[in-house]
Amino acid sequence: MLVTNRNILDQELQVLIDKCGSDRTALMPALQAVQRKYGFVTDFAMQKIADVLGIHPVEVHGVVSFYSFLSEKPLGRFVIRLCQTISCDMAGKDRIASQLENELGIKFGETTTDKTFTLEWANCIGLCDQGPALLVNDILWTKVTPQRVLEIIEECRARLSPHAIQGQEEHLV
Amino acid sequence: MSTELTFSQIEKYAGVKTAAAGGRADILATMKTAGMRGRGGAGFPVSVKWNLAAAATGPDKFIVCNADEGEPGTFKDRLILSEYADIVFDGMTIAAIAVGAAKGILYLRGEYVYLLNDLEAVLARRREDGMLGQNAAGREGFDFDIDIRMGSGAYVCGEETALIESLEGNRGEPRNRPPFPVDTGYRGRPTVVNNVETLAWAACIFAKGAEWFNGLGTEKSVGLKLLSISGDCANPGVYEFPLGVSIADVLTAVGAENSKAVQVGGASGLCIPACQFDRKIAFEDVATGGSVIVFGADRDMLDVVDNFMEFFVEESCGQCTPCREGNEKLLEGVQMLAAGKCSMKYLKELCSLGKTMQVASKCGLGQSSPNAFLSVVEHFSDEILGRTEGSNA
Repeated sequence: MLVTNRNILDQELQVLIDKCGSDRTALMPALQAVQRKYGFVTDFAMQKIADVLGIHPVEVHGVVSFYSFLSEKPLGRFVIRLCQTISCDMAGKDRIASQLENELGIKFGETTTDKTFTLEWANCIGLCDQGPALLVNDILWTKVTPQRVLEIIEECRARLSPHAIQGQEEHLV
Repeated sequence: MSTELTFSQIEKYAGVKTAAAGGRADILATMKTAGMRGRGGAGFPVSVKWNLAAAATGPDKFIVCNADEGEPGTFKDRLILSEYADIVFDGMTIAAIAVGAAKGILYLRGEYVYLLNDLEAVLARRREDGMLGQNAAGREGFDFDIDIRMGSGAYVCGEETALIESLEGNRGEPRNRPPFPVDTGYRGRPTVVNNVETLAWAACIFAKGAEWFNGLGTEKSVGLKLLSISGDCANPGVYEFPLGVSIADVLTAVGAENSKAVQVGGASGLCIPACQFDRKIAFEDVATGGSVIVFGADRDMLDVVDNFMEFFVEESCGQCTPCREGNEKLLEGVQMLAAGKCSMKYLKELCSLGKTMQVASKCGLGQSSPNAFLSVVEHFSDEILGRTEGSNA
């Protein structure tokens, strides 16, 4: 990370701490914000958060490694989480998984080399009546069929194209 | 597909206005009359929980709404929060008046982050309407506000003490109980942790009356309950039934009369075979937090248990040995059964291990994770034993 980026993170964390308080209860919101903006939590971010909250960095690492939505390694721009739990399983999640792997050329747990897509399994995402279901970042897809897998991926790619309407720049808070 | 829910008849703020017009003692008395037990699954009497927190001394107390709906097959809280968020916040406000809390926290599971903006908008409107903030709901000296905090994808955080650990910025590892959250909860302060549905019903109780509520259901399990129904049925969705409804009636309502078995209570619940479909969904018979998963005639029950055990192996927090190691062993046993390599003697040992986990695990996760395995072994032993490699039932 460039020094300037580190400075940006410093400032962003300070704003966050001003909002959430500087005790340990601010830890999860801080980590979630970093995860959302950067796609993962770097060692530097963990150290920095530990410093501002006055706790040991190992404590921060312990929390990051516990939660499945917090990651220590860089994930793709789009994280596709396919539900693997019983109702989606019975509704045919295996075929969706296989088609996702075919379209992206990666296995579950991997990220494409262009860092655009990550495939992950999710445990029950609460869409059991509309399975197979998956989440692309915060977006829901329900009753997915193998034929619709390409559509999902194309929609993500369209959002990255230079012609797409750019969203607001992301900030931690 | 859903039945018409009672929640759709309840006007926002109605419950709070009734409750605020009375006082703390009135609210606690009404809840006692209503006799509601917690809707999250454990079924602890709500009025007892509120009373314990109300009796605790000291100024800062917390109301936590547990929206970490992670039990496989449960999605009623998603529906409630997306369509009836106001009555959930009404319920939290009523609880806050009753116990004397100044702060409410909605702990929303990470998977439901897409609900966040709408929920924040509802809270903002409630502040504008004077239902939150200083002198909330028109009660002099009642300062109450609600924050939303997100989870980050951990099933175990639905356990109330793990949820509190997570709020405090720790790994979501359950605490020993006692002490219970009602005296030592968030930040060591008295904390009421209630399920989303529990709080929504609390608001209904004040809008429609305690007698209305306790006139429904059975003697030991009063009131209505939402069921999230999925699996092999024509019309999956969220349904409302009075407690005490038979499994057969539920199956008829969703178009799944010829089912082979039903998993009631999610992965941690019980597998009920067709011969027991006359059993009732109630705390005194088959209890559930709301999950009902239907298995059609062609389902391989071993595949089902395999899916559940993989779930628990991944979601065990790893803190206590019976749960961490036990779930691994049970999953291994399921895979041995599938390969046709499990002796009766070993299967009995696995069942004994499961029973040990039920008593020796630290929290509800490990205590209930062997349930599905044990009930499938009990009811479907003819189907799971003596398989040959590569075949299924």
